[in-house]
Amino acid sequence: MTPLQRGAAVLLGPPGPEPLGLGRFGEFGGRFIPEALVPALEELEVAFRASWASTEFRDELAGLLANYAGRPTPVTECRRLSERLGVRVLLKREDLTHTGSHKINSVLGQALLARQMGKQRVIAETGAGQHGVATATAAALFGMQCMVFMGAVDVERQALNVWRMRLLGAEVVSVESGSATLKDAINDALRDWVASVESTHYCIGSVVGPHPYPWMVREFQRVVGDEARAQCRDLLGGDPDVVVACVGGGSNAIGTFAGFLDTDARLVGVEAGGLGLESGQHGASITRGVPGVLHGARSLYLQDEDGQILEAHSVSAGLDYPGVGPEHAALAATGRAEYHPATDEEAIAGFQLLAATEGIVPALEPAHAIGWLAREAGHAVPHGSEVLITLSGRGDKDAAYVAERLTGEPLS
Amino acid sequence: MRLEEHLRARRAAGRPLLVPYVTGGLGSGWLDVVRAVVDAGADAVEIGIPFSDPVMDGPTIQEASQRAIDLGATPAKVIADAAQVDVDVPLVAMTYYNPVHHAGHERFAASLADAGIDGAILPDLPLDELDPWADAADRAGVETVLLAAPTTPDDRLQAICDRSRGFVYGVALMGVTGERKRLATEALEMGRRCKAATDRPVLLGVGISTPDQAVTAAGAADGVIVGSALIARLLHGGGPDDAHAFVTELRAALDA
Repeated sequence: MTPLQRGAAVLLGPPGPEPLGLGRFGEFGGRFIPEALVPALEELEVAFRASWASTEFRDELAGLLANYAGRPTPVTECRRLSERLGVRVLLKREDLTHTGSHKINSVLGQALLARQMGKQRVIAETGAGQHGVATATAAALFGMQCMVFMGAVDVERQALNVWRMRLLGAEVVSVESGSATLKDAINDALRDWVASVESTHYCIGSVVGPHPYPWMVREFQRVVGDEARAQCRDLLGGDPDVVVACVGGGSNAIGTFAGFLDTDARLVGVEAGGLGLESGQHGASITRGVPGVLHGARSLYLQDEDGQILEAHSVSAGLDYPGVGPEHAALAATGRAEYHPATDEEAIAGFQLLAATEGIVPALEPAHAIGWLAREAGHAVPHGSEVLITLSGRGDKDAAYVAERLTGEPLS
Repeated sequence: MRLEEHLRARRAAGRPLLVPYVTGGLGSGWLDVVRAVVDAGADAVEIGIPFSDPVMDGPTIQEASQRAIDLGATPAKVIADAAQVDVDVPLVAMTYYNPVHHAGHERFAASLADAGIDGAILPDLPLDELDPWADAADRAGVETVLLAAPTTPDDRLQAICDRSRGFVYGVALMGVTGERKRLATEALEMGRRCKAATDRPVLLGVGISTPDQAVTAAGAADGVIVGSALIARLLHGGGPDDAHAFVTELRAALDA
């Protein structure tokens, strides 16, 4: 088999399994949304199912992924980091896609669907700004109107991406309600959609939300795992022992896991440990959440004893979410995947470690996965293991923030 | 008191129905607001049980919900308070599904019934996901009011009207709760479509803020729900007297 290389044709693997019933992954998932949105979700489900089975749609998407987004992305062997940690580390390089994160994979698919459904306007929520940038990019490419909802706290800490979105022609709405982060951005995007659904597609960025989003976004992201699996077989002659990805809502992780579910690889999702689980300031919704219903799906959420949703905390805006996609909740319940927290400190250390050893500056989100491996190499991950980590995005957006945090003063 | 029975009786008496919404736990005097709106002519009262992430609500009810939560309102406290109110019209709880799911369907339904709350409205629990809650509510004698939206197709509208209990809540515009300058063009059509599908009382709500709007909307249905316009008065320093005056004005317009 020819190794996957940049510029080579993108091969979309066969569709993965559909969730059962009304979007159920085990006891999780579903469609818990205001009545006004039900017809649009039914329309989207039908459009996605038909398109995902159609050669024409898949060819067009594969063409965009290759010639616009720069897929396939490479898998990079990390020699110096491997030496340092005593485990063999491979990185799936989603940071090298156009717009700098895996978000583009799903956005291009959703933009094609939006066009097909005759929707001229797209809206999106964003945490770190990567999904907002990807959506604004696709909207520019397709000539659609775009509005991105972003928590006021995130607008502050991700100023570069805010500017990029505006450059791309998107309107960025700073959301002041609640905790003014990703959860509240989704609330306001849903409120917009309830009013605009007939002309607007809601381009959800993660594997969260009502059916069909968790399924559809996973399918659009499975290209990450399908490619990585083929690439690992070339490089390793088999599957890695451990597959690691960071989990906020969980789209890069589920896309990666989708390629390895039927292998013997251990699947590890790394959640935002924030200031530590005991502090209560974290985003570890699988480790510490309980079943609930928010943003359209039954899943695991951080909540108080009355069922009020709690504010999450993470140094990375993209993991600062008090819930997780329903398929992750199901994978945790069956034990097929395991989920562990990494703290803010460990993520910052991972950010520095990868930069210093490999010349790659990761986004703070996947820096959690690096930080977790640095902590567990020789412990939960035995020396000599072969480990694939999905590097979901690049760290430019976080450079100023980390610089200020490390030096105590802003970059001038 | 049975919600639907009560509303049917009032409708039969030729009275346009008026259901104000009051956020539970919004200040220590919130029960006095409930008593005031009943005294001013409400036919039932919708009691909001505040939730942290109210996606069907605009800024006014978001702010009221957050303020109530900050003042210590919890589902259990709001329900316990409501049990004390002793008014001669039915109460309907309005909240989101997560607090219900968290408490457990049976337990939540029983707590409403024990408090004398006759109905429940859960705007993020559509027909397709309804059964586990609605079955528990039916067993407890709590009437689950379903919402119909302007985008709801006819066959689905029929199923919603058939499964709804108490009344049918016709959403009078595409959007979230909040005051609007004009009644939405969808409002009257929504009322007509629901009325054509059911004999149950049909109330229009969302974006109905003024006496004129209430009169126009009520003409296409059996009555109206008014929330944000009332809550805005409370958020801006108003109390039971202001609530009384506003509902009196609505009542007078509807009865004129």
